[in-house]
Amino acid sequence: MNLLALILVPLGGALAAALDPLRARRQVWLVLGAGAHLILLSLAWSGHLSGSRLLWLSFDPLGGLVLTLVSVVFFAVAIYSVGYFRREAPRGARVFEVCLLGFLASASVVCLTDDFGVMWVAMEATTLATAPLIYDPHDRRSIEAVWKYLLLCSVGIALALLGTFMLAMAQGVSVAAPSLSRSALLHAPVLHAVWFKAAFVFLFVGYGTKVGLVPMHTWLPDAHGEAPSPISALLSGALLNCAFLAILRVVQVAHACGQDRLLAPVLVGFGLASMLVAAALLLRQRNYKRMLAYSSVEHMGILAVGCGLGQAATFGALLHMLGSSLCKASLFFVAGNVLIEYRSKRIDDVSGLVRRLPVSGTLLVLGFLALSGAPPFAPFLSELAILRGAVQTGQPWVAAAFVVLQIIAFIALATRIVAMAQGGPETVKRRNEPAWLLLPPAGLLVLVLALGVYLAAPLQQVLAAAAATLGGSAP
Amino acid sequence: MAHLTDTLLLLVLLTNFADLAASRLTFNIRAAAAQGILLGLLPLAIHQPWSGHSLGIAIGTVAVKGVLLPSFLMWAMREATVRREVEPSLGPLSSITAGVFAVGLAQALSTYLPQISANVPQLLVATSFATLMIGFIVLTTRRKAMSQVVGYLLLENGVYVFGLALSARVPLLVEMGVLLDLVVGVFIMGLVVFHMNRELESLDSARLTELRD
Repeated sequence: MNLLALILVPLGGALAAALDPLRARRQVWLVLGAGAHLILLSLAWSGHLSGSRLLWLSFDPLGGLVLTLVSVVFFAVAIYSVGYFRREAPRGARVFEVCLLGFLASASVVCLTDDFGVMWVAMEATTLATAPLIYDPHDRRSIEAVWKYLLLCSVGIALALLGTFMLAMAQGVSVAAPSLSRSALLHAPVLHAVWFKAAFVFLFVGYGTKVGLVPMHTWLPDAHGEAPSPISALLSGALLNCAFLAILRVVQVAHACGQDRLLAPVLVGFGLASMLVAAALLLRQRNYKRMLAYSSVEHMGILAVGCGLGQAATFGALLHMLGSSLCKASLFFVAGNVLIEYRSKRIDDVSGLVRRLPVSGTLLVLGFLALSGAPPFAPFLSELAILRGAVQTGQPWVAAAFVVLQIIAFIALATRIVAMAQGGPETVKRRNEPAWLLLPPAGLLVLVLALGVYLAAPLQQVLAAAAATLGGSAP
Repeated sequence: MAHLTDTLLLLVLLTNFADLAASRLTFNIRAAAAQGILLGLLPLAIHQPWSGHSLGIAIGTVAVKGVLLPSFLMWAMREATVRREVEPSLGPLSSITAGVFAVGLAQALSTYLPQISANVPQLLVATSFATLMIGFIVLTTRRKAMSQVVGYLLLENGVYVFGLALSARVPLLVEMGVLLDLVVGVFIMGLVVFHMNRELESLDSARLTELRD
């Protein structure tokens, strides 16, 4: 068997779901596809899946790490949507399951391919697969969200294509057949500095649009805020990381050809700007789903800062990618439970959550604490590693700005989460919370806790190996 | 054939300005169609002698950018009974001024970048960047969803022109871009525009202002 199976399985699931008229059976296809993908991925980690010539698939620690995250989040989304759509039927009928599985297939290609061209195509495919999902409510607000999403991400992807052209150009005029294969670029003797710089700028801005880095973030809160909650979880927990992986692929090439110090200020600058704008906008949020979306912008900013700093911070950023994404997906699931119960996305309309939905309320508070970097959850470790990296590389001012912005974001989130969890009338009766809607967020939080309490040696090795290709080191 | 290439590139620039100055949507779409046909002729002018590959690109580009997409937009406009005025938030005169600045900037950028190869004129890079930037101007200053799609197509055309410099050496790159146009232009934006028309009874994307902070 080879890595192609990781793409064919979700595609097969999508086909089965497309042909199946029965909603309940389509959900079985969805969960089966997600589960099979997860199992195949464990085979890939143990080295049982060989590379594939078709689509130039190969398995490396960085891509494997991101794909595992995507697969875990996707599995949780599949389970959660079974419960969620018993309460809220999707308008898109079978489009829903087909697009979800289509997203998994295209995200797998993004993570596994060795070729920048194929990665670009697959990245566009993820946009196309998620657009109908965002539009699922079929109302004014969701059409505005999906219009912005498509327009901005399409502009981004067009710029990324230009960047991809320039990457080929950077190999010089004399090269008869420039290659877009990453493994070839990693071992390319010399890349033309000016063309490579131009390529990096366009690839960074292009894929950065999809990551939601400021100032290209404007689509993100709309799309994440208006999409059905399981889709918001998928966008935040999986899609943003795929897009960030595309930037990391360029950083890998930059590191291999000794240009990485040139890119560091760009990553740190855009990262801090994202954290700043997100923190400022978090302070005035009245909608809890948009609040979580801005928090995603902030955390993508943290990843960019970490990867820009290098050394221990890169290791921290990769760990943070795992921790914060799992937290964020979990929080979006809880937001879905809140929305089902209160029928409003306004923070002012939600109070007494802990009394009305005790489990969801507790998960909301715990998820928020984990995301904010409270020990013993994983983001605590990863943010510490990023700060250590800032000091190691002699940039304490980055560490200072990082801490200040994190505190602002913490205060903004804390006041809103507390307002939602507490208060309300004392007499309110406890509502029934189905297990389908509780297990996915709880399971993801347990994973975040496990990552924080005990970072297993094999995982540590994988993180260190991935960080090493980006110019980082184990702390 | 360097002379012919330069002439074609200048004509491409000219169609950009036609799009900037247009006050009617139909003219906008026709200008984009004319640009699409010019872009289809470009690979034949650049890559001599003709190969099957460059012929394929030429035919595909004329078909998609010159015929298919514009006629789709025209059809969508009739179906959705869009009013024909462009209603830009930036007047024609200031649009053209912005366009002139874009061309100047593109020229400066292209001289800064090292030359691609002897048989690719430097004007190609300048035209590519200028088309890209003018597409961006159209995209950001027009309020109608349909004009924004035209702006996006111009932006993509800019990327395509740049890709032509490489098309002989790297297979499938330019084809990917043309395919992107097709998918984004027709399947997605077209469908969204229809839904938008039904939900909002208008294609004025300036009405899309509910989501904000």
